[in-house]
Amino acid sequence: MAKISVADKLGVNKFNVYEEKSHIVIDKQYPDAAEVDRVVRICPAALYTADANGVRFDYLGCLECGTCRVLSGGKVVTDWQYPVGSFGVSFRKS
Amino acid sequence: MDEKFDAIVVGGGLAGLAAAYAMAQEGLEVILVEKGVTCGSKNVTGGKICSHSIEKLFPDFGETAPLEREITKEVISSWRAEGISDAGIDPQHFGLTESRSYTVSRAKLDAWFAEQAEAAGVMMIQGIVVNDLIVREGKVCGIIADGDALEADVVILAEGVNGLLAQSLGMIPELMPEETCVGTKEVIELGEALINERFGLADGEGVEWMAIGDTADGQYADGFLYTNKDTVSVGVEFLISDIDKTQKSIPELLEDFKALPEIAKLIDDGLLVEYASHLVKKSKSDKIGKLYGEGVLLVGDAAGLVANAGWVVRGMDLAVESGRLAAEAVIRSNASGDFSEGSLASYQKAVESSFIAADMKICADYLNQ
Ligand SMILES: Cc1cc2nc3c(=O)[nH]c(=O)nc-3n(C[C@H](O)[C@H](O)[C@H](O)COP(=O)(O)OP(=O)(O)OC[C@H]3O[C@@H](n4cnc5c(N)ncnc54)[C@H](O)[C@@H]3O)c2cc1C
Ligand code: SF4
Repeated sequence: MAKISVADKLGVNKFNVYEEKSHIVIDKQYPDAAEVDRVVRICPAALYTADANGVRFDYLGCLECGTCRVLSGGKVVTDWQYPVGSFGVSFRKS
Repeated sequence: MDEKFDAIVVGGGLAGLAAAYAMAQEGLEVILVEKGVTCGSKNVTGGKICSHSIEKLFPDFGETAPLEREITKEVISSWRAEGISDAGIDPQHFGLTESRSYTVSRAKLDAWFAEQAEAAGVMMIQGIVVNDLIVREGKVCGIIADGDALEADVVILAEGVNGLLAQSLGMIPELMPEETCVGTKEVIELGEALINERFGLADGEGVEWMAIGDTADGQYADGFLYTNKDTVSVGVEFLISDIDKTQKSIPELLEDFKALPEIAKLIDDGLLVEYASHLVKKSKSDKIGKLYGEGVLLVGDAAGLVANAGWVVRGMDLAVESGRLAAEAVIRSNASGDFSEGSLASYQKAVESSFIAADMKICADYLNQ
């Protein structure tokens, strides 16, 4: 199989995006780069990115696994809820 | 809605559906609330279901449920830097509960189960998140969902591994990175004929392939592959706390597994049709927490009931069994009118003397040896 990007992988999924607000809240200026890197690498959907300006997070494409919540223990991820009912990802094959 | 129900079930995965179905069969008034648009749409498994427990509810499960393939071949390998080799683990040797097993798609299986529950009389509410519990004087009396309050004699929390409501009651601790794995998988379409050819299978036959990462060799993820009817599920399971032992990301670890020559040739020319991820607890301890409180019971993953030693991952059959056992306890309480902790405690005893506890112990003993 040809390698495809994580963004393209997410592109095959069905999402019903809740535009009003993110179900996950992060600390964009979290000071510890090593801690941020752990969250960046653990998210299966690669939704966290970090650069000199801080952490960026895109909740569209979230698989709702909760991994970032468990790893972060309240540090980078400050609040984690499920999306509003019926919104978010809908798996059809898994 | 201000009607009072006999029971409210939070979560329409296999544990919640089993509980709701079994209670409705005995004539209880049951409402089930599921946040997915349909049951199964938020759920992810490897995976194969060992059917022994669900057959207690549906004796003709193998013939009537939407199943992919019956597992006829189980392979356990070791995944090292140089590739895949035999792990020398014989799953028969450990004495896990024996069962036939089938690969499943949760989107299909849970939706089918929801239809059976509805036909049995369960009031199914789908597409609504339960945000909170109503607790009075230490007793759980109901739920708050989408601004509505609903009350019942008992609430069964079947909310899965991220047990946010059970945590809010203080019934379960927060998940720890040292004992929680993230599983990430791709569903890859190949077509039924090509799967049969590549895996050497007849129609309806299936393979489970577990590849255990050799941590001594720096390989921290476990790989898995299951054949469905016309797709394969290929994924990795990774203990969250191991993130400090590798420089790789989860997506990279999955690509590493897919790139192994033994795997790559099986999925060559396949088409990605879904990308999914979910948590699963590792059975580092066989301790079962307290599964009941005043007016509340915990079932399935929400109760931490999973048998996961890496080379075996079983949660679905445990979820169904715990749901059924919880239903039995509620049916007894309903008959006696006693919903106190003491009355619901019979559920804990039932779980502890069932295959659930036995299989969890086998996995914990293996991991701690
Ligand atoms: C990668 C991976 C591979 C696995 N492989 C296997 C395998 O091969 N065989 C096996 O037997 N097990 C396997 N498991 C484990 C198995 O999938 C789980 O143990 C099983 O799904 C647990 O069922 P459950 O009903 O307890 O929870 P779930 O299936 O998670 O169901 C919980 C339900 O509750 C709903 N919910 C949660 N919170 C709320 C709320 N607040 N309001 C409304 N609804 C809510 C969710 O949407 C969901 O539908 C695997 C797990 C993973 C992650
Ligand atoms: S819940 Fe899972 S997919 Fe969503 S942001 Fe967290 S780690 Fe990524």
